Amino acid sequence: MRMTTDMRITIMSMIMLDDFLVRAGLAGLGLSIATGPLGAFVVWRRMAYFGDATAHAAVLGVALALATDLPILAGTLVVAGAMAMTVASLAARGWAMDTTLGVLSHSALAFGMVAISFFPAVRTDLSAYLFGDILAVGRADLALIWAGALAVAALLAWRWQRLLTATLNEDLAHASGIAPDRERLVLVIALAIVVAVALKVVGALLIAAMLIIPAAAARALARTPETMAVMASIIGALASLAGLLLSLWRDTPTGPSIVVARRGCSFCR
Amino acid sequence: MSLIAAEHICVRFGGIEVLHDITLSVAKGEIVTILGPNGSGKSTLLRALLGIVPVQGGRILRQAGLRLGYVPQRLQIDRTMPITVRRFLSLPVRIGEAEARAVLARVGAEGLGPRQMTDLSGGQLQRVLLARALLADPDLLVLDEPTQGLDQPGEAAFYRLIEEVRQATGMAVLMVSHDLHVVMAASDRVICLNGHICCEGTPRVVSTAPEYRALFGPGTKGALALYRHDHDHAHDDGHAHHHHEHDHA
Repeated sequence: MRMTTDMRITIMSMIMLDDFLVRAGLAGLGLSIATGPLGAFVVWRRMAYFGDATAHAAVLGVALALATDLPILAGTLVVAGAMAMTVASLAARGWAMDTTLGVLSHSALAFGMVAISFFPAVRTDLSAYLFGDILAVGRADLALIWAGALAVAALLAWRWQRLLTATLNEDLAHASGIAPDRERLVLVIALAIVVAVALKVVGALLIAAMLIIPAAAARALARTPETMAVMASIIGALASLAGLLLSLWRDTPTGPSIVVARRGCSFCR
Repeated sequence: MSLIAAEHICVRFGGIEVLHDITLSVAKGEIVTILGPNGSGKSTLLRALLGIVPVQGGRILRQAGLRLGYVPQRLQIDRTMPITVRRFLSLPVRIGEAEARAVLARVGAEGLGPRQMTDLSGGQLQRVLLARALLADPDLLVLDEPTQGLDQPGEAAFYRLIEEVRQATGMAVLMVSHDLHVVMAASDRVICLNGHICCEGTPRVVSTAPEYRALFGPGTKGALALYRHDHDHAHDDGHAHHHHEHDHA
């Protein structure tokens, strides 16, 4: 059978990533490579609120980027990273984390939104930063998302044994010559990168959900930490595609739809 | 030649001195027990020796290339983490199937490999933790109240196992306990701790030392007092006769 011109154009446009849906699908897929294993650590270490605080700080990062003409990614990376470091060092000094995280997380969000309101051009666009705008992911965004996700996955794979040991028990890690503080820093850096690249896809309010929901769903299916991390990535990827389709089919907001699909996955396991 | 030594170390937590001027050492092949009441700084001393807790004064010397095995007081694994015994043994150094089977057999935990860590009983968990510590082929095994949560037969069996492994490998053992009757059976040397070192020596010497008696109950009879005290928490009063038997043992 000979290809019709239509088919040929479709295939060509997929290869060239012309279609915004193809780009959106690939963005969700790429992100899932990182959110699977990182999400598993967030669950194991009970860092859910920590993830939230870091993600909320990204909104402040957007404002910083707008004010200084930096790329949005650089601004979010810096501020999310600073927030994650602050929270991690407070936790190491034994602060009451529940309250501290609540204060930091919500003030970062509030300050960020107030700061963004000083840029009238962006003001109308605010929901894109809060809930993401995956359908607007361009080729350059896609490259950054994949680069960030692969970097995080490689970082976690490199430190895997040490991260797991330190997560199980810090004293046990110490006795084996592993510095738990350094491994915590690895996770903090990974989290800041994921937040920065995921902002475009699901937005600041839903990044923590991207991390936690697939990992929680994968828990029941896994007998080892490795299978849980891989299952979380697969569940995350499938749910991103399902969320896209849901959003296409019912014209629902895409970022929240992906989270809904991820939650749905954990029901039908 | 000592494997590990502390020279005049002090540890403070937020202005409170938890350990004061501690000097001790562990030689090759000996079993040393640190004994003391709750809050006497036993665990802190172990953690300082391992380098987990920073010391404010003095210094800690380790033999070059010292291999350490560590069995923590308890290992609380979050139920959100799925991990089998086999996988746990491969942290942080991956080991082969044969080696895993051999070390589990050595501690009497055959066949536990595929089990989830969170499904183990207290005694099984202690054996698995010991197995993991032995994988490093340690010169010095450090145990922090390793039999907490075990019943008495379990406890006795665990210390027999430690003794067997010591015989087989010649490793030194440093452990923390608050049970003198265990110490009597299993130690070469006892260090009696209450923020500072009160007394030290063979179990028999320590149990008759006035400092020891002052620490574990003035006006009572040392070992018996401690033993009764511990036992009364676990059982009701119907076991008085049982105490008596142990007293003569």
